[in-house]
Amino acid sequence: MAKKTMIQAITAALGQAIEQDDKVLVFGEDVGKNGGVFRATEGLQEKYGEDKVFDTPLAESGIGGLAIGLALEGLRPVPEIQFFGFIFETMDSIGGQMSRMRYRMDNTRSMPITIRSPFGGGVHTPEMHSDNFEGLIAQFPGIRVVIPSNPYDAKGLLLSSIKSNDPVLFLEHMKLYRSFREEVPDEAYEVPLDQCGISREGKDVTIVTYGAMVRESLKAADNLAKENIDAEVIDLRTISPIDYDTILASVKKTSRVVVVQEAQRQAGVGNNVVSEISQRAILSLEAPIGFVAAPDTPFPFGQAENDWLPNASDIEAKVKEAMSY
Amino acid sequence: MANKKNSKLLDFEALIKDEDKDFKMVQILNEKGEIVDPDHLPDLSDDQLVELMSKMVWARVLDQRSTALNRQGRLGFYAPTAGHEASQMASVYAMDKGDFILPRYRDVPELIQHGLPIYKAFLWSRGHVEGNNYPDDLRALPPQIIIGAQYVQAAGVALGLKIKGNKNVAFAYTGDGGTSQGDFYEGMNFAGHFDAPAIFIVENNEFAISVPRSQQTVAKTLAQKAVAVGIPGVQVDGMDPLAVYEVCKEARDWALAGNGPVLIETMTYRYGPHTLSGDDPKRYRSAELDELWHQRDPINRFRTYLQGKGLWSDEQEEKLTETYKAEIKEAVDQADKAEKQTVTEFLTNTYEVQPQNIKEQLNIYRQKESN
Repeated sequence: MAKKTMIQAITAALGQAIEQDDKVLVFGEDVGKNGGVFRATEGLQEKYGEDKVFDTPLAESGIGGLAIGLALEGLRPVPEIQFFGFIFETMDSIGGQMSRMRYRMDNTRSMPITIRSPFGGGVHTPEMHSDNFEGLIAQFPGIRVVIPSNPYDAKGLLLSSIKSNDPVLFLEHMKLYRSFREEVPDEAYEVPLDQCGISREGKDVTIVTYGAMVRESLKAADNLAKENIDAEVIDLRTISPIDYDTILASVKKTSRVVVVQEAQRQAGVGNNVVSEISQRAILSLEAPIGFVAAPDTPFPFGQAENDWLPNASDIEAKVKEAMSY
Repeated sequence: MANKKNSKLLDFEALIKDEDKDFKMVQILNEKGEIVDPDHLPDLSDDQLVELMSKMVWARVLDQRSTALNRQGRLGFYAPTAGHEASQMASVYAMDKGDFILPRYRDVPELIQHGLPIYKAFLWSRGHVEGNNYPDDLRALPPQIIIGAQYVQAAGVALGLKIKGNKNVAFAYTGDGGTSQGDFYEGMNFAGHFDAPAIFIVENNEFAISVPRSQQTVAKTLAQKAVAVGIPGVQVDGMDPLAVYEVCKEARDWALAGNGPVLIETMTYRYGPHTLSGDDPKRYRSAELDELWHQRDPINRFRTYLQGKGLWSDEQEEKLTETYKAEIKEAVDQADKAEKQTVTEFLTNTYEVQPQNIKEQLNIYRQKESN
């Protein structure tokens, strides 16, 4: 057991996935000799060879199609889309093809593909690198969207995703890559898909979130604790489809809920959570559901990021609103 | 000293003038049914020639019956294939059972020849999931609707075949319109980069619904688009079964030898409308053009050739036609017996391991659909 950053945990998971199953192939732009622009595949080509870890030409639709074709031939592709903002180029491969292949072919074929892609705000990228487009993919049945919020989950969720016989979009928040370390077991292990994690137990209010906003919510919860507000923080982990059982159990226990997403307010995964809670648990609530999200503009210019992104104090304020209702 | 410029560095006109010089159309059997290139006759026995002709007759009968069935309301979506018999049947005749077909919506005849039961093709047309329930050993995808998507997937299938060391290739089909898609280029470029055994076939039937080939690109041929990705491109008379067969066979051998993909442009024509869902070719095609292409008909020319060799008779063709019609009728009857589809089944087919939302909705629909 050693302390690892999230990116180190991801690299470790990729290596172990290749060792566990000789059908696993890791490929994408710059993932080979360069080890990925974030070094997520650092050393993997050297260790496992160019047959297992290789570069592709620079074309995301080609990468998506390659993954589908390889999966049809019984391989287990783990392609990387270099930045999630480049996802539009491969939207048909994801939404039009791999997500619905099992359904389209009457359960006679599988698409065991895990697409990894970095996303998320706070690291001052050029345009189209940081956007929270996860809600777009969350609308496709047949694929899972998985977003880890810490190194331990990142490794376990990635191994579960690669093992899954259905496609997974595995999104890695760039701000979390190296911002903190935690104990990550050396051996391979799995964190289950389709299950929320409870990042902090509490009895007064439930905060439902995912990705980098889990960290912000935990910060807010620490501050709130000083004012004797005991917040429970739920990390969706699989953001599509969502584990509502865990959320509803928590909401029924606390009677107050704040949903937090990094994406814009106008649509997204958080809105869906708000909708389901209001349909299924409204009579358990003591206050209106709070919602913290980014403003409805495109992802901002780098220097303005911190003014735009939701943060711990926004969450704290929204929780207090719910508490004082 | 003034440097007086007498001439321009580049003569752009010259740069494009002969771009198509290496892409002359390959032809072996001309429209009169005469062999024009005896040196390159395919190595096919008399029985095989008859078999290939039979498949072309079958494809024409399938097209006629499918059209009639559609008009009677007994078939759904249908994209006519008459005119494509040489391009489709001769290319599939060059395949091995283990080769993988990535078809577009007009390539149903190839799928059936590769092992898809006719009744399943009809169920696909009607919009029934059983039409896409492919046996494990049917190496194919259902017809692709998104133009070009099959090209990027073909690169993956071909790379998979190469990794596994299989002696098989991937055949991907698109039309002339498909060559304008980015995926067309990306698929060929990826397959080229990986030396993956893929054969990319463009059935150039002159029109992408209503838009003529001349409006897709200023490139003089579609075959020359191979040059951009560094792979061989060949233009072949798509109404000539012998040329299509020979080109596909040699391309397949080339790809299997580890040389990577080949692009083949087959020059053909769609006699009918784009689909039977309301398209009227009179809006965009002249009767003269139709007539010109009917004179090049693949079945007529092959019939003339085979009759000249004493291998084919009108009686034989009539008899075969009746057999094929009977098979098709049987297939329609079998398609009629398909069970009603259920939402329960769709929900079950969405994931291998069911998440909460699917489980919950399964409970609802199981109850609803058991009544």
